[in-house]
Amino acid sequence: MRKRRERVKDHEQEVRVFRNRSLVAAALIVLMAGALVSRLFYLQVVEHDVFITRSDNNRMRVEPLPPRRGLIYDRNGQLLAENRPTYNLTIVRERVDDLDATLERLVQILGLPEDEVETFRERSLQRQRPYQPALLMSDLTEDQIARLAVNRYLLSGVEVEAQLMRYYPDPIVMSHVLGYVGRINAEELADLDPGNYAGTHFIGKTGVEYTYEDQLHGKAGLRKVETNARGRVLRELDREPPVPGKDLTLTIDSRLQHLAYDLLGGRRGAIVAIQPKTGDILAMVSAPGFDINKFVTGISYADYRALQDDIDLPLYNRAARGQYPPGSTVKPFEALAALQNRVVDANDIVYDPGYFQLPNDTRRYHNWLRWGHGRVDLRRAIEVSNNTYFYTMAYRLGIDRLSSFMHEFGFGEVNSLDVQGALPGLMPSREWKREKYNQPWFPGETLSAGIGQGYFMATPLQLAAATATLANHGHWVRPHLAERIGDQPVKPPFPDTKPDVQVDKTQWWNDVYEGMEEVMSGREGTARKAGAGLEYTMAGKTGTAQVFSLGQNQKYNASELAERLRDHALFIGFAPVEDPQIAVAVIVENAGGGVSGLGRELTDAWLLPQSELHDQPGATVPEEVESLDGD
Amino acid sequence: MAIDFQRTAPTHGARVGRKRSLWLRLHLDPWLLSILLLLIAFGLVVLYSASGMSAQTTLAQAIRMGIALVGAVVIAQFSPATLYRWTPLAYGGGLLMLIAVEIMGDIGMGAQRWLEIGPLRFQPSELMKIAMPMMLAAYLHRRPLPPSWRDLLVCGVIIAVPVLLIARQPDLGTSMLVTAAAVFVILLAGLSWRFILSLAVMAGAAMPLLWLNMHNYQRQRVLTFLNPESDPLGAGWNIIQSKTAIGSGGLEGKGWGLGTQSQLEFLPERHTDFIVAVLGEEFGLIGMATILVLYLLLVSRGLVMANQAQDTYGRLLAGSIVLTFFIYVFVNIGMVSGILPVVGVPLPLVSYGGTSSVTLMAGFGILMSIHTHRRLLKH
Repeated sequence: MRKRRERVKDHEQEVRVFRNRSLVAAALIVLMAGALVSRLFYLQVVEHDVFITRSDNNRMRVEPLPPRRGLIYDRNGQLLAENRPTYNLTIVRERVDDLDATLERLVQILGLPEDEVETFRERSLQRQRPYQPALLMSDLTEDQIARLAVNRYLLSGVEVEAQLMRYYPDPIVMSHVLGYVGRINAEELADLDPGNYAGTHFIGKTGVEYTYEDQLHGKAGLRKVETNARGRVLRELDREPPVPGKDLTLTIDSRLQHLAYDLLGGRRGAIVAIQPKTGDILAMVSAPGFDINKFVTGISYADYRALQDDIDLPLYNRAARGQYPPGSTVKPFEALAALQNRVVDANDIVYDPGYFQLPNDTRRYHNWLRWGHGRVDLRRAIEVSNNTYFYTMAYRLGIDRLSSFMHEFGFGEVNSLDVQGALPGLMPSREWKREKYNQPWFPGETLSAGIGQGYFMATPLQLAAATATLANHGHWVRPHLAERIGDQPVKPPFPDTKPDVQVDKTQWWNDVYEGMEEVMSGREGTARKAGAGLEYTMAGKTGTAQVFSLGQNQKYNASELAERLRDHALFIGFAPVEDPQIAVAVIVENAGGGVSGLGRELTDAWLLPQSELHDQPGATVPEEVESLDGD
Repeated sequence: MAIDFQRTAPTHGARVGRKRSLWLRLHLDPWLLSILLLLIAFGLVVLYSASGMSAQTTLAQAIRMGIALVGAVVIAQFSPATLYRWTPLAYGGGLLMLIAVEIMGDIGMGAQRWLEIGPLRFQPSELMKIAMPMMLAAYLHRRPLPPSWRDLLVCGVIIAVPVLLIARQPDLGTSMLVTAAAVFVILLAGLSWRFILSLAVMAGAAMPLLWLNMHNYQRQRVLTFLNPESDPLGAGWNIIQSKTAIGSGGLEGKGWGLGTQSQLEFLPERHTDFIVAVLGEEFGLIGMATILVLYLLLVSRGLVMANQAQDTYGRLLAGSIVLTFFIYVFVNIGMVSGILPVVGVPLPLVSYGGTSSVTLMAGFGILMSIHTHRRLLKH
């Protein structure tokens, strides 16, 4: 029994249905193709700009090209700061077939101790992006580079990269003049032009490296490179070369600098030598110095602590920042102040019983010679460094006139043009004391100031500058370290040059010079030993200063204590008197005295034609060829 | 049944007509073949650029396409009657191999898809792409159409078993394509619109169920598709880069071999699934339109050929092959241009790779067989 009728295939109907369905399908296909086309139209025409930008950003990367840092020379063309290529070992892990084997091989090739392997392995993992080289080791030796080169074929993915690094051929003697460059820190980064410093790792931290950072650095270039998705550089598209930093030529004569450093002979102290006519700083030494190269490569914490804890404070720039009581070295300036203010005439006699007494005061201010020099005029007062005479002058001048006149010579202010970190010293005044201590000025303090003690403080740089101005008949030139920046000479007058020190009679200069010449050459001159046998005229003045603040907060041990309580010894001088070529200031801490010889030797070296300094720069002593021949 | 079979079995190949063109004797279709050759040539040009100017890769692909083409020509020589006879064998064999993969399949790409027989690596799911529509067409060929409920149930079973096996591998793309090929057969067979509609509703309802059964990476793909920027360095990278490639190509493209996206390795899988992005970048909208037109011509010719088929088996099989082919195109371009989620579907005849080309070509071989073996007598 069939409940349902068996259906039979109806071919005509099947063909019809199929045709029907395939027509519907064709319509759907057209619809779907339309959807694709409109999507493509949207991407390729409507949103084309968006995607073209995105695609360019994808492939283009701008890489900074750091400029070469300007070199630094001394006045004779001696190289003081250069850039040395250092070689770093890097590894790109994506290009290494077998990391473990490669690292092991490297350890063998470089001859590293076994325990370095782990450090090596850790460093090889340090990188942010694929194809970014990881730094394995810096500052490779020639030997290591050679060995790596030989084994290069075994070391795919390992690269030796060159990087220019600051190098100071004369790091200790030049330390405080040059300063040093170091790695840019976060604070510095905040103030820098990020574009110009992209790719630069070092920045001048102190010294002229700091002062002339802008010129030395140069201008960063850039290159546009095409990279693939992994950041691997494939091709350079565009290049804007960097502008190298300008070379800097200093006024420093490195041979004079060396001499000055040697003269200090390992003692703590500073020497500054200035060419009076130009303000060129010929030598500026602060001893002891320190190895500035260590700061470039990144000084270790232990080394840094050692420098900081050193009782001799090698990091301290005594020449520009050491504020010492100038002592008797201020007497020539004070003499001039007295003459200009007409409180004395050069020939006026002051009687010195060995002390000075203020009117209505029982206190005696002693001369250094207990029994006194008797009758002293201005010249002799300078020659013998008579205190009573200058107490008298100070008393007659009063602090106001004394202070303002001393300011004209640059005391109490920063007078240098480009010495980084220079301090102003202290020229006390009535106003200063009121502000600082809210106390009136006492007459006795004027007397102290009159002999360069009490509140009075000056830096060796200030003393040298004041001496140069004195030598110039009051013509002011700002002491400076830069002679040429690139091709441009740095010449006075400088935009902010101090007004010259004016006195009414030219003769007064000579009165002071004569007194200072007597210091060197007079029968009673305080530097007569140092001045013996001078081949030119030299004006000088010695000084001693009671030990003051420097290192006050240091812990001294007993044996050092005694030494460090001794007076600082000072000397200023210039020569030749008729046509000054050099002015010097010397201070040696706790020397007690007897440093005028240092000044004498410096001027000798600078002025005498037979001096080693006057060899042609770079010239070497001819070799004794004959002796080699067996004659 | 036997009588019924005799009456309705395909009788192609009967030499009735006298005038037979050279093409018919060779069992080839000049139109189809020309479009295919054009597409393959265009594909090789794009591949050369997409492979980073690798002559070796391009040559390998050209050889592979040549072999696939020869395969198609060979298949075209077999009459649909022969194919019909072999259908249960192909389907059954495919099914067995899928089970074999399930049991001992090699692990490849984190999924079991490959079967290694000696030196041969074989993907049974590819065979299923052809065997499935053959099986359904053969089944429906014997049934009065439109299919009854009972027929549909049988069809459901025929579809479900291999599809589930493929989906388990897991290979979402292939299982989807196999399903599509099967569904097209039924649709062309005259499934009632009402049924289609209710099926669509049911499919929609089954979505959450599908979601729950998906692998994590599959879910990730769907999520990434919905918002590629959510994972720009991971799963979203592909789609962002391919959109950028296509979009930056503009109207005329950047020029052959000059696509920065593709040449600089920003594009992932640039010579396989994402090759159309290279095309879009280097040849622009014009290039994209050209290839789409070629595909549409191929599909049109295929539909014409399917309509000229003289029995149900041929018609349904040919129609399904053509429509499935278009689905390839649509899904691939849709996914690369970011309107469909990323599923591993190559661009037919253009993407680098052997297996799918062979399968596709075999389909065209069958198409030509069906077309050239028809009786030339007009009814």
